[in-house]
Amino acid sequence: MEFKNPREELERFRARLTVAGGFVLLCFAALLMRFIWLQIIQNNYYTTRAEDNRISLVPIVPNRGLILDRNGVVLARSYAAYTLEITPSKAKNLDQMIDALGQIIEVQPKDRKRFKKLLEESRNFESLPIRTRLTDAEVAIFTAQRYRFPGIEIKARLFRQYPGGAFASHIVGYIGRVTDHDIDKIEKQEQEANYRGTEHFGKSGLEQKYEFALHGIAGFEQVEVDAGGHAVHTLARTAPIAGNNLTLTIDAELQRIAETAFGDRKGALVAIEPSTGGLLALVSTPTYDPNLFVDGIDSANWRELNDSPDKPMVNRALNGAYPPGSTFKPFMALAALTVGKRRAEQVIYDPGFFNFGGHTFRDDKKGGHGSVDMYKSIVQSCDTYYYALANDMGIDNISNFMAQLGFGQRTGIDIEGESEGILPSQEWKKKRFRKPEQQKWYAGETVSIGIGQGYNAYTPIQLAQATAVIANRGVMFRPHLVNYITDTVTGERTKIEPTPLRTLDLKPEHLDVIRDAMIGVNKEGTGARAFAGAQYIAAGKTGTAQVFSLKGADYKALGVKKELRDHALFIAFAPADEPKIALAILVENGGFGAAAAAPIARLVLDYYLLGKRPPGPAKEDEAASEDSP
Amino acid sequence: MNGFNFSIVRKYWERLIAPIDGPLMLITTLLLLLATGIMGSASPERLGAQLLNVCVALTMMRFLAQVPPQRLMHFAIPIYVLGILLLIAVALFGDVAKGARRWLNLGVMRAQPSELMKIAMPLMLAWFFQRHEAMLRMRDFAVAAILLLLPVALIARQPDLGTAILVLAAGFYVIFFAGLPWKILAAMAVSAVAAAPVAWTLLHDYQRARILTLLDPEKDPLGKGFHIIQSTIAIGSGGLLGKGWREGTQAQLDFLPERHTDFVFAVFSEEFGLLGNLVLLTLYALLIGRMLMIAANAATLFSRLLAGAITMIFFTYAFVNMGMVSGILPVVGVPLPLISYGGTALVTLLSGIGILMSIHKNRMLVQK
Repeated sequence: MEFKNPREELERFRARLTVAGGFVLLCFAALLMRFIWLQIIQNNYYTTRAEDNRISLVPIVPNRGLILDRNGVVLARSYAAYTLEITPSKAKNLDQMIDALGQIIEVQPKDRKRFKKLLEESRNFESLPIRTRLTDAEVAIFTAQRYRFPGIEIKARLFRQYPGGAFASHIVGYIGRVTDHDIDKIEKQEQEANYRGTEHFGKSGLEQKYEFALHGIAGFEQVEVDAGGHAVHTLARTAPIAGNNLTLTIDAELQRIAETAFGDRKGALVAIEPSTGGLLALVSTPTYDPNLFVDGIDSANWRELNDSPDKPMVNRALNGAYPPGSTFKPFMALAALTVGKRRAEQVIYDPGFFNFGGHTFRDDKKGGHGSVDMYKSIVQSCDTYYYALANDMGIDNISNFMAQLGFGQRTGIDIEGESEGILPSQEWKKKRFRKPEQQKWYAGETVSIGIGQGYNAYTPIQLAQATAVIANRGVMFRPHLVNYITDTVTGERTKIEPTPLRTLDLKPEHLDVIRDAMIGVNKEGTGARAFAGAQYIAAGKTGTAQVFSLKGADYKALGVKKELRDHALFIAFAPADEPKIALAILVENGGFGAAAAAPIARLVLDYYLLGKRPPGPAKEDEAASEDSP
Repeated sequence: MNGFNFSIVRKYWERLIAPIDGPLMLITTLLLLLATGIMGSASPERLGAQLLNVCVALTMMRFLAQVPPQRLMHFAIPIYVLGILLLIAVALFGDVAKGARRWLNLGVMRAQPSELMKIAMPLMLAWFFQRHEAMLRMRDFAVAAILLLLPVALIARQPDLGTAILVLAAGFYVIFFAGLPWKILAAMAVSAVAAAPVAWTLLHDYQRARILTLLDPEKDPLGKGFHIIQSTIAIGSGGLLGKGWREGTQAQLDFLPERHTDFVFAVFSEEFGLLGNLVLLTLYALLIGRMLMIAANAATLFSRLLAGAITMIFFTYAFVNMGMVSGILPVVGVPLPLISYGGTALVTLLSGIGILMSIHKNRMLVQK
C-alpha cells in the first residue's frame, strides 16, 4: 500500500501515454509498410489480378463450314436460331420455373429430359438450353414476360442442319455435343483456345474427318464483367472466321438415284471416277437422320437406331465385309493372265463339278458349261473354271496379286473407321487362329476362294476400287470424297489432288481380255437382261455370295428366311472403252446379283452417262438368275 | 442596418462553438469530408442517410462537449449496469441474425447493446479508479478485471468476437493507463500465448475460419478467402496514385464485399492509392495525437483515464480495420472510424470526441 503523490502520478500517466503514442506510431508504420508492399512492390501483380477479375474473354463460336456436293447442292449447313437458356446458378427453383415457363411456351418432356442430362454434365455457371429453335412468336411471348423468369434468357446460337435429312448421311455424318473423348482430340491438335465456346464436334463421316477444317477460328469479345459475371459492357471484339466449306466429288443427284434404287433393301453402293479416285456416290442403306444428333439425341431414338436389326448406323460401304462371290472372277482371271497360269484362249472342260481331295465342288449349272475359255468363264460365271484355276495358282499367289488391287486393306478414304476386310493367305490364317491344327492352310480351302467364297470378305469400297483399277488400266487412286476445300474469307480453293497410290504392272492385252469379257457379261451373259437396250457399253460382273451353306441341297431362294438369303453383288464400269464411272453394288440378302444388284447399276449408269432419271426404285428382276444368259 | 441584428447570430454562434476544440474539430471535419467523398463512390445511394447520421452524431458530440467530466462520473454506474442488463436480455430474448444473437428488439427499434458497452466500459473503469485514487492496491486491479470481463464474456458468447475484443481493449486501456505494473502486463502476455491453444478450441467454426483465412486466403478463394483476396487486390491495384474517384474496378464492379461498411477502406485505397492512404494515416495520426495531448493535460484521474482510453479505442478501430482489409489481421466486424457507413459507430465515436472536448475545456478546473 502506498500513498500517491499527484505530481509523480501525472508523470507516470504521461509516460504511459508516451508508450501508447509510440505503439500507435509503430502500428501505423506497419500499416504503411503493408501498403507500400501491396501498392508499390506488388502493384503489377495486383493490377493484373484486378484486370483478370474485370475482363472476361467471351468466345464467339465461328460459323461451321458448309458441305456441298460437286454441283453446289447443300448437304450440311449452319444457321442461327434463338434458344431459351437457363443459367442454373441464377435460377432459384428450377422445376417450378420450368413449369411456369411451360405455361407460356411449349416445353416437351424430351426438352426437360435433355436439360436434366445437360445439367448433370455441366459446370454450374454456364447457361443450358431448355428449348431450341424458338419461333418469332415464342420469342415475343417470352420477352414480354421475362421479368418472371430470372436466370432464363434468349440467346442466339448456331445450329447444324442437314437439309436432306437421312439423305447421304453416311457420307456427311453428324455432329454432337463435345465429349471428353473429343476434348482429347482438341488438345492433341492444340486447339483448346479455339474451341473454348464450341459445343459441338464432328462424330462421324466428313463432319468428323474434316472437323478442324470445318470449325473455323473463334472470335473473342473482351467484356467487362462484374463480380456476378454479368457483362457490363464490351471493350473489344475480334470477329470469328467462319470454317471452310467442303465441296465433294459426290454428285448429289446420282447419290439420290442410287439411294432410291435400293428401296427398302439393305446394302451399299460405291461409285468412283476411275481417273481420279473421286467418289461419285457412296450409299449405305438403311440410313438415319443426322439431324437427330445435333441437339443431343433422345434415348428413344437412340435405342431405335442402335437396336434395329437393320443396323442403320453402320456404314456398310466401308464397314461391311462381304464375300465377293462371282464378282471376284474377273480379278482371278487377271491374276491368272498376269502370273501366266492361264492364257485367255486356253479351254478347260467343265463337267459341272470339281473334285479335290475327296470333296466335290459343284458348279451352279447342273451338267456344267462344257468347254470353257476365259471369256466364257466370266460371261457365264463358270465356277469349275475358277475352282481349278485357284487350285493351280495356290493361295499365296492369289493373295499377293489381290493385295495389289487393294483387297484386304483400308483404301484410305477420307472417312474414319474403315474396315480392312479379310484377304486370306497362309500367314493370315496363322495369325487368325490359335490352335495349331487350325493355323495350317489346307489346299482345299483355296478352291472356294476362286469363286469368291470361303474366308475372304471385302468391303464394297475395296471392290469398287479394284474395279476402278481395271477400268483405269492399272493406275490406282486413293478414293476420296472431298474435291476441294474453300476458304470462306479469301475464297481460295485447296484442291484435294487425286493421289495415285500405285500403277500395277499389268499388260494392256490382259486388261483388254478382262474388259471384253465383262462387256460380254452385259451383252450376252448374266447382266444381259439388266442392260438390255443400254445406249452405252458397260462392262460388268454379277455375283452372289453365300450367307448360308446349303451343302449341295437345292437352293430355293424364296423358301429360305430372308436373313439367310444370299447377298447380291454387281461390279461395273462404263463406258467400257473410256470409263467415267466404276461401281460396286451389294444388296444384303438380295438373292441373285443379276436379279437384285445389276438393275440398280443400270439406273445409276443411265443417269450418270445419259442423264436419265428413273421413275422409282430399281425393280428386282425375278426372272433373271445366275446361270440364265 | 436593416433591422437585422447580426450580433445576435454571432452570440448564438459563439455559444454554439464555445465548448468545441478547434484542432480536434478541424481534423474530424476533414475526415468526415473525406468520408462523404468515399461514400459518393462506394455507395452514392447511401450518401443522404450517412449525412443524416453525421448530423445526429455531431449533435451528440456537441451535447457531450458541454457536459463537465464530473457530471459524466455520475452516469458511470447506471450506464454500466444498464449495459449489463441489456446484454443479459439479449442472451435471453435477442433476435438471431446470421447465426449470432446480437440484437434486442425494443418494439420501435432494434438495439445492439454491445455497442453501448464501448463507452460504458471505460467510463465505469475510469470512475472505479478515480474512487480508489488515493490508495491503489492490487486488489483494485482484480476488481477492475472482473468489471471488464463480465460484459466481454457476454458479448463473446453472442457470439461477436470483434465487439468483444474492442470492449476488452477499451477496458484494458483504462487499466493500463491507471498504472497496471509492467510485471503483471508481461505475465499476462506470457499466459495469453500459453492459453491460445485452449482459446482455439472455444472459438466458433466461423471464427476459426476467419483466422485460417488470414493465414492463407488463397486456399478458399471463392469462399471464406474471397473478401480478403478481393480487398488486397483492390488495394494492390490502386498503386501510388490510385485509379481515380469512382474509377476503381474492384469497387465499382462489385468485387468488393461490404464495400460501404467494413471494407470501405479498400474502395478508398483502390481509387486514391498509396498517396491517399498516407493522407488518411496522417489525419488519423493527427487526431490521435491531439487526443493524447488532451489526455496528458486532463485535470482529474477520471478524465485522464477516460480520455486516454477513448483515444486508444479510436486507434484500435482504425488499426484493426485497415489491418484486416489489407490482410494482416483477421476479419472481425470493425468499421473504419468516421468513414464506414453506419449510425451506431459514428454516434459512439463522435460521442467520444465530444467527451474529449469537454475534458479539454475543463482541464484547468482543479488547478483553480
